[in-house]
Amino acid sequence: MVTVCNVSFMAMFTFKMGELVTDKHVKYILSVEKRKDDFESVVMEHLRMNGAYWGLTALDLMGKLDVVDVNEVVSWVMSCQHDSGGFGGNVGHDPHILYTLSAVQVLALFDKMDLIDADKVTNYIVGLQNEDGSFSGDMWGEVDTRFSYIAICCLSIIHRLDKINVEKAVKYIISCKNMDGGFGCTPGGESHAGQIFCCVGALALTGSLDLVNKDLLGWWLCERQVKSGGLNGRPEKLPDVCYSWWVLSSLIMIDRVHWISREKLIKFILDCQDKEKGGISDRPDDAVDVFHTYFGVAGLSLLEYPGLKPIDPAYALPVDVVNRIFFKK
Amino acid sequence: MASGSSEVEEEEQERMMLRDRPEWADVTPVPQDDGPCPVVPINYTEEFAEVMDYFRAVYLADERSPRALSLTAEAIHFNAGNYTVWHFRRLLLESLKVDLHDELEFIERIAAKNSKNYQIWHHRRRVAEKLGPDARNAELQFTKKVLSVDAKHYHAWSHRQWVLQALGGWEDELDYCSQLLEQDIFNNSAWNQRYFVITRSPFLGGLKAMRESEVLYTIKAIEAYPENESSWKYLRGLYKGETTSWVNEPQVSSICLKILSSKSNYLFALSTLLDLICHGYQPNQDFRDAIEALKIPDLDTQDLDIASMICSILEKIDPIRVNYWIWRKSRLPQVA
Repeated sequence: MVTVCNVSFMAMFTFKMGELVTDKHVKYILSVEKRKDDFESVVMEHLRMNGAYWGLTALDLMGKLDVVDVNEVVSWVMSCQHDSGGFGGNVGHDPHILYTLSAVQVLALFDKMDLIDADKVTNYIVGLQNEDGSFSGDMWGEVDTRFSYIAICCLSIIHRLDKINVEKAVKYIISCKNMDGGFGCTPGGESHAGQIFCCVGALALTGSLDLVNKDLLGWWLCERQVKSGGLNGRPEKLPDVCYSWWVLSSLIMIDRVHWISREKLIKFILDCQDKEKGGISDRPDDAVDVFHTYFGVAGLSLLEYPGLKPIDPAYALPVDVVNRIFFKK
Repeated sequence: MASGSSEVEEEEQERMMLRDRPEWADVTPVPQDDGPCPVVPINYTEEFAEVMDYFRAVYLADERSPRALSLTAEAIHFNAGNYTVWHFRRLLLESLKVDLHDELEFIERIAAKNSKNYQIWHHRRRVAEKLGPDARNAELQFTKKVLSVDAKHYHAWSHRQWVLQALGGWEDELDYCSQLLEQDIFNNSAWNQRYFVITRSPFLGGLKAMRESEVLYTIKAIEAYPENESSWKYLRGLYKGETTSWVNEPQVSSICLKILSSKSNYLFALSTLLDLICHGYQPNQDFRDAIEALKIPDLDTQDLDIASMICSILEKIDPIRVNYWIWRKSRLPQVA
């Protein structure tokens, strides 16, 4: 009885909303990982660590992480670490908080957390917290609430969140809250869905969501949904698949995801697929890339699209990976 | 010359490979170390790969020389996203004591093709910081240029906010916001900047002092385009921390009534009225008449209190957010 129900649900789902061409996306992601010679790859080589996280997490959500050579990836990740504890975007690149989080997340995907020298990584991140509670991206001092999220997420994963000044970190994030309920990159910065994800995520991971006006922010977030069903990042901007993640995960973290139209968003994301070559683009008929492929798949996972593993909205890792991090003996 | 600008301009003409340049003859390039697959490049990629191989050589040797500085310029031209190259360039600028005004020009040239790039903006800030208050006008001009191409450019706005707070220049900023809003009243970034200015400018006296004039400005904007999310939010923001004043301000409720009576683009007028009611506002019969005059089909308004009626209408006219409006209805203050 259950099987029959599932089959007819799937059939209805696919008929109404279109289909996720999983196999094509897997092939696309693997082809990107292998490519090192063309111009696009050379231009992206400094952020390969981010690219690895996007590609590998998407593969895991589609249940296909096993097609990747674990040892090859893991040894490459470790070769990007510096003495300071931070990781660079690729071999030979300076450390930065962005790539440090991605590195830790990739190792978590492969259940290789034991390779991480938690004290070393912690030292690096703690050193990046400023007097006012904000975080810099690296020794050069750029400040952005993105880095607050990254610091908190990374330390939480390696069970060292208590090593930073959490109270000040939260205080800084709240100082970036705007009158519309959203958050910007720095105090006074325009509310932007990407920055909102970072701030809400950081507040979620530090148990501080009570400081968010969930109703006000929830409305701002659900106002991001436009007629086509896609989500934009700010008022009067075009929809983009990546906002399926930033907006959606934020809504889930504040318990307001039912305020958007799930069906219309699913249809939008599916329309952004390249059904022949695989991959997902920012909006229908544009060129695909790994970044948008990951966010499209992650967004669909949050929307409970059948066949995808569930993803944690705050850690941006599959739920089973998060469970392993926190509950494994 | 120090920033390698003339070398870079020759890019468009015949570009000479580094291995053919006599001034680089003593350097052994260091190839990218990431795998066994042999590189099969197309021409452009070969030039780029070569620049990066030479960059790696000077980076690993920590060579702080004018030729290294020129090389970072070439590398940045190929790929403005490579943050390691920018880092090393900053070290070189320091060691070689380069005139940072030239550097501002260099950054502007790169930004012309690459403006959505965190590295460029961060580099610009580091340079401007070193130049101090002298850089103020250049920075305001630069961001203005970028915003003239893309008036919602997030990095440009972020940089501009930093400039105002670190280097000054507040005096003309409100006018600048008005100009941008005249070009596009829907520009949420410009509304955000307006709020930034009225709340933080040392010359304007703060939110309370600015409230009266700003309410007038915003009401005009709402009248012109009532479907503009930003203007309604701005109006609400003018009463931040003083909800009672907002509820009691006649201009707020009357603009809602005016838009409703126009029967056009009244979604935000309705939602604002709903918010007012939820905070204690008691609408008179005019409001009820205006809502009924909308003649929303399939709406049984007979016994509904006005707030429930508004929610029902919003469920119909904003169906994509039907769950939100249903939730609003469930949270209405109980009617006696």
